[in-house]
Amino acid sequence: MRRRVWAPVALTLLLAWLVLYPILVVAGAAADRDAVTAFVTRRAEWAALGASCWISVASVALAAAVGVPLAFLFEALEFPGRRLLGSLIALPAVLPPLVGVIAFLFLYGESGFVARAVQALLGLPRAPWRLQGAGAILLVHAYSMYVYFYLFTRAGLARRDAALLEAAQALGAGRWRTLTRVTLPLLRPALAGAALLVFMTALGSFSAPYVFGGDFRVMTTQIVATKLNGELPLAMVETVALALVALVGLAVLRRTEGDDIVTALGKGTAPRRRPIRRAGARAAAAAAGWLLAAVLLLPHLTLALVSLVPYGTWTTETVPPVLSLVNYRRVFSEPERLQPLLNSLWMATASTLAAVALALAAGALVGRRPAAARAWWRRPIEALLALPWALPGTVFAIALATTFSVHRPLALRWVLVGTVVLLPLAYLVRNLPVTGRAVLAGYRQLDPALAEAAASLGAGPWATFRRVTLPLLKPALAAGGSLAFVAALGDFVTSIVLYTYDNRPIAIEILASLRLSELGVAAAFGVLLMGLSAAVLALGARR
Amino acid sequence: MTGFVTLEGVRKVWSPAVAVGPLGFAVARGETLALLGPSGSGKTTVLRLLAGFEAPDAGRILVAGDDVTAVPPARRRFGMVFQHYALFPHLDVGENVAFGLRGPRAAVARKVAEVLALVDLAGFERRRVHELSGGQQQRVALARALAPEPRVLLLDEPLSNLDPALRERTRRELRALIRRIGITTVFVTHEQEEAFDLGDRVAVLHEGRLEQVGTAEELYERPANLFVATFVGRANVVRGPTARALGAGEGQVAVIRPERLRFAPAGVPAVVRERRYAGAAAFYQVETAGGDRLEVLAAPDAARVGASVHVAAERVLTFAEERA
Repeated sequence: MRRRVWAPVALTLLLAWLVLYPILVVAGAAADRDAVTAFVTRRAEWAALGASCWISVASVALAAAVGVPLAFLFEALEFPGRRLLGSLIALPAVLPPLVGVIAFLFLYGESGFVARAVQALLGLPRAPWRLQGAGAILLVHAYSMYVYFYLFTRAGLARRDAALLEAAQALGAGRWRTLTRVTLPLLRPALAGAALLVFMTALGSFSAPYVFGGDFRVMTTQIVATKLNGELPLAMVETVALALVALVGLAVLRRTEGDDIVTALGKGTAPRRRPIRRAGARAAAAAAGWLLAAVLLLPHLTLALVSLVPYGTWTTETVPPVLSLVNYRRVFSEPERLQPLLNSLWMATASTLAAVALALAAGALVGRRPAAARAWWRRPIEALLALPWALPGTVFAIALATTFSVHRPLALRWVLVGTVVLLPLAYLVRNLPVTGRAVLAGYRQLDPALAEAAASLGAGPWATFRRVTLPLLKPALAAGGSLAFVAALGDFVTSIVLYTYDNRPIAIEILASLRLSELGVAAAFGVLLMGLSAAVLALGARR
Repeated sequence: MTGFVTLEGVRKVWSPAVAVGPLGFAVARGETLALLGPSGSGKTTVLRLLAGFEAPDAGRILVAGDDVTAVPPARRRFGMVFQHYALFPHLDVGENVAFGLRGPRAAVARKVAEVLALVDLAGFERRRVHELSGGQQQRVALARALAPEPRVLLLDEPLSNLDPALRERTRRELRALIRRIGITTVFVTHEQEEAFDLGDRVAVLHEGRLEQVGTAEELYERPANLFVATFVGRANVVRGPTARALGAGEGQVAVIRPERLRFAPAGVPAVVRERRYAGAAAFYQVETAGGDRLEVLAAPDAARVGASVHVAAERVLTFAEERA
């Protein structure tokens, strides 16, 4: 065992260099008296920090208000179309953040379909509203983040043991009492987990505040604006402040999560769904369900429709008068436009492969046999893999840009800013938590006796890995890899800080098209991104 | 006895409070040795030390005179059947059995068919593992372990995952198969009946120590100490006046098998408190005047509940009182 120590040490150091070191560099750079003074004394900074906090909390509340009742509806009641609707309801998950934002813009924005329809209907001279500010951001957040609450709550409900509910009833508890005294307490870990996920996502959210924020700044947009202004030390201080908020939020929400023992107890069969008997109620439930599905699908459909609108053909009409495939033809035939697509593909592929490889190495070292689970390197490696998840993408983007902007080989810093390497490196760092989680979970599910069985049959460590471990990890690798690939493919938040002309990704091209009012091309890119994401996710979820 | 597999002073320390050994025993070529003990006695650790999954902190393991202590499991040529079989779920039956085989495809296929026939699963090559019953899975695991023609076969609780009805039949088949191949076998069990039935000899383990190695008869009739006497077979353990009345010396513990007690005209006076009918005979719970309870195996009509009787012993095992 002793001679194997170099492997965990090497992996720990590599991960620390990728994940922790850039953060420390930023923290060091933020320790600048003038910058800290500027941060503390400027009102705008405090306003942005406060906005980030309350937007995140409000996003959690809104997402829970939508997602939890939906989960109860779909898990507890039986009505026509339940299965189909239940799968449609997760659709916002295939919209990369920026694509979701532009879909909302086309749909509910000042010149979107809904505004135009209302304007035409009421004969108004101008658009009835502007989609801007905190309200617009929260709308997008609620739409895209309720999915976490929905999926977590459903999973928690499905894990319930019917015997527990029957026990409560046998002890004289009515439906309400069973809900408040048994079901909700059992759901606490699931709800806290979803709350944590939404809070972190909302805190790190960039696309919606960037597009809809206007003068309303949150921390992520504030950091990028400060950096563009050239006030680098101040941007560092802001980055550290955002990171601290994220860590505090993480700590607070982790505490409320409680032990998972409560759910681990439930090993029986899940309660059966209650069919809705009254015909009127059934019809109402089905109608409400389909209406909901329509609302959920509208952004996707809008995007598809706008992608068919040729440049300059849609001015004041409620519905676009001309539809054609010209935008798609332009994307694929103009090298200038095809390039971002290819860039995103190679960068997502490379970063995903690297993240999967690192996760596999970590899994082999900490996830395998019980002995490895006790090793001293388990905690540092797991923590380093998870750290990028705890910090907003903007933080990492700034951290990497800072760390790799100087040539100091002795400090393990090289100039990567301005090269095509830095952005995929950032994707890789951001992908580590998702591949790491999937692969470690996969490793833990492996029966250690299988590797021993292979050894007793004469297979060495490498043969065991190739013939037993890898094939059995395939589902976990596919799941983690597909999520990582989709995240990298649709990334906007790190890209906008780190991209160069030579590796500009799809999201940057979408933004550029939007600025040039080439809405159709932007939408076409959005549809391509959406389709690719859905296809890759479907592939990854296949058994 | 010259050992084919020999453990010499083998010791494995898990923590200051939990350790196995130092212990030593030898298994003759072609012999089947059962490692018997309660859970936590270290029997599985001994098996894993033999297989090479654990490295001993002290001592040597020899096979045919060669020191294999430092040889990794992959090159030890021990076949192992795991408690939950550890069949590879992504491979079919034939691929599982072929896992440890090398060489030309046709030769491998021939060998696979041969061992599958040996365990009565001829033609099962293309079946999925999870489609098999528990008993079939157990036989696939056995076939897989035997296919590379190992020097020693190791079995970890080979029958514990089978339901009782299947267990006895499988045990018979397993015994016949091991005899027919003549392979040196070490297996772990916590069931005395299994150990007695399958093992040529039985090694009794307790809290990491080897208490006794011997044939089933030796263990039952001449247990080396109080633990073996009480762990192997049913036993009445009595101390004090009742023990002395039954023939034990001062400060000694008396152990008497129920079938070695009988109702007699003279002996220790007692009252029958319970009768448990077991077909050909019955177990009687009797209570002496001093409050000691004894279990007597006698004819079904030997006594009634509530009757006053006298109990005599035919054979009493005596042991010095063990320090707690």
